[in-house]
Amino acid sequence: MMTSAPQSFREASARLRVQGLLDAGSFTEWLGPARRITSPHLAALDAPVSFDDGVVVGQGLLEAQLVVVIAQEGLFNGGAVGEVHGAKIRGALLRAIEVRARAVLLCVDSGGVRLHEANAGLIAISEIMRALFAAQAAGIPVIALVGGTCGAFGGMGIVARLCDALLISEEGRLGLSGPEVIETVKGVEEFDSRDRALVWRITGGKIRRTLGEATLLLDDDIAAFRAAAAKEMMGSKTMGDSPRQRGLSPDALQTLEAAQRHLEARAALDPGIRDGQQVWQHMGLGEEVALMDPAEFNRCLEARER
Amino acid sequence: MSMSKKALLDRLFPAGHEVIEAGQVLCGWGQTAAGRVHVIGTTEHAAIDTRIALALSAAVLRGVADDGNQPRPIVFIADTQGQALSRREELLGLNGYFAHLARCVNLARSAGHRLVTLIDGEAVSGGFLAFGLLADVIVALPGAEVRVMDLRAMARITRIPYERLTELAGFSPVFAPGADNYWRMGGIHALWTGTEDWAAQLQALLQGSHEDERARLGAERGGRKLAASVAQEVLHGHG
Repeated sequence: MMTSAPQSFREASARLRVQGLLDAGSFTEWLGPARRITSPHLAALDAPVSFDDGVVVGQGLLEAQLVVVIAQEGLFNGGAVGEVHGAKIRGALLRAIEVRARAVLLCVDSGGVRLHEANAGLIAISEIMRALFAAQAAGIPVIALVGGTCGAFGGMGIVARLCDALLISEEGRLGLSGPEVIETVKGVEEFDSRDRALVWRITGGKIRRTLGEATLLLDDDIAAFRAAAAKEMMGSKTMGDSPRQRGLSPDALQTLEAAQRHLEARAALDPGIRDGQQVWQHMGLGEEVALMDPAEFNRCLEARER
Repeated sequence: MSMSKKALLDRLFPAGHEVIEAGQVLCGWGQTAAGRVHVIGTTEHAAIDTRIALALSAAVLRGVADDGNQPRPIVFIADTQGQALSRREELLGLNGYFAHLARCVNLARSAGHRLVTLIDGEAVSGGFLAFGLLADVIVALPGAEVRVMDLRAMARITRIPYERLTELAGFSPVFAPGADNYWRMGGIHALWTGTEDWAAQLQALLQGSHEDERARLGAERGGRKLAASVAQEVLHGHG
């Protein structure tokens, strides 16, 4: 097999990410740009529109398995979710059930709700959450890929954490409120959004992986994301062709009770801890953490988690 | 408990209720003509942080575990100014706590609990997404404020003049705050008025579909004309 030079996930457009993630030539897009279904709400405010409303949805093959892929375009309005954008994501998640996809790949690159159509965006994110639950209940794993310039914030930060697996690059960022919002409301002493190292130690891939908010830390390389997504898909316990019984799965309550205890323990961390560096110190990890490459870092954490 | 929340509970559950308020979180039960229901919620426009999110998810999990095969309805009282804004909370992964809460709410639905949200006070952005907005039926009580962001902040961030936004808000429900706007978009099922019999109205909502009908409602009411049709086209795999 030929090895090619790494192609940055972060720098690629949504369409290039989709191409790089799927088996060559296997992608079929739904409601593609030729249909020109744009946001009437942006137009009403004389704001620029995009022929795909900032999200690419369709199906293709990953290691010869049928998958649904959703990719937000961070360069259009910060990947923010409006009425059409959100409806495309919801439709794609429901379509995954229809075609019995082996998995859904959800490339999140978004600051959350699009303010120009804030009410439609908020409701759309709630509808995406419901559709994501429906796909999972049908036995289809949803895999979040976070490594774009906008990260995964606001409602899309919640959606990313609802996924069965969350793959993140070191440059990827994950959170709820962006640093700028916190600084604007609470002041620069609470969160200095221009301190890039601090922002990375709070929202970046390494600290998210450390706390268990992300499944795996990856190099900023589309091929690395592809390989990790394929591994998650193959390793997932759920099978696309055998939907679980509708209703309460016997272990669901216990699983969530265990998650509750885990999250309670984390929230009980020393209240003085307000920086990722303090988390690493608390865990007995030294300065070398910042220098480890993703593979080494995953191994280090996996050894501790065992 | 605040007088207004006590008055609300008296009005919803004239046959009795026992709800405790601790740290802006409500938890307990109310008696309806159809039996007891769980009451879980927030008060005083709570900024939802990890502590509150955990208290809410714990209450939902307890309800699911206690009820077993006889799932009672859950009535969520939503009163939230949104998510807590804090570096420490972001470090802990507040979005992950909200996702956990959402999973617990969805577990309750899967286990057969009917989910009804009553917005009393404010319902804003992330705090609303985490639990209230996931219910089967969502009702705004009189005076409820529902929004992502107020128009002045929106004007500042989008760099669209405030005057322009207020002018457009007069006929478009799509961005301006307001429970009625959310009703037109199908995100809120009903707006109750001050003179109605809330106990009877709540009772009527304790049975019904678990399906997400909001996009269809938004199209019917004319506030969200594309959400349903676009999702349908994708669902059918149209190119």
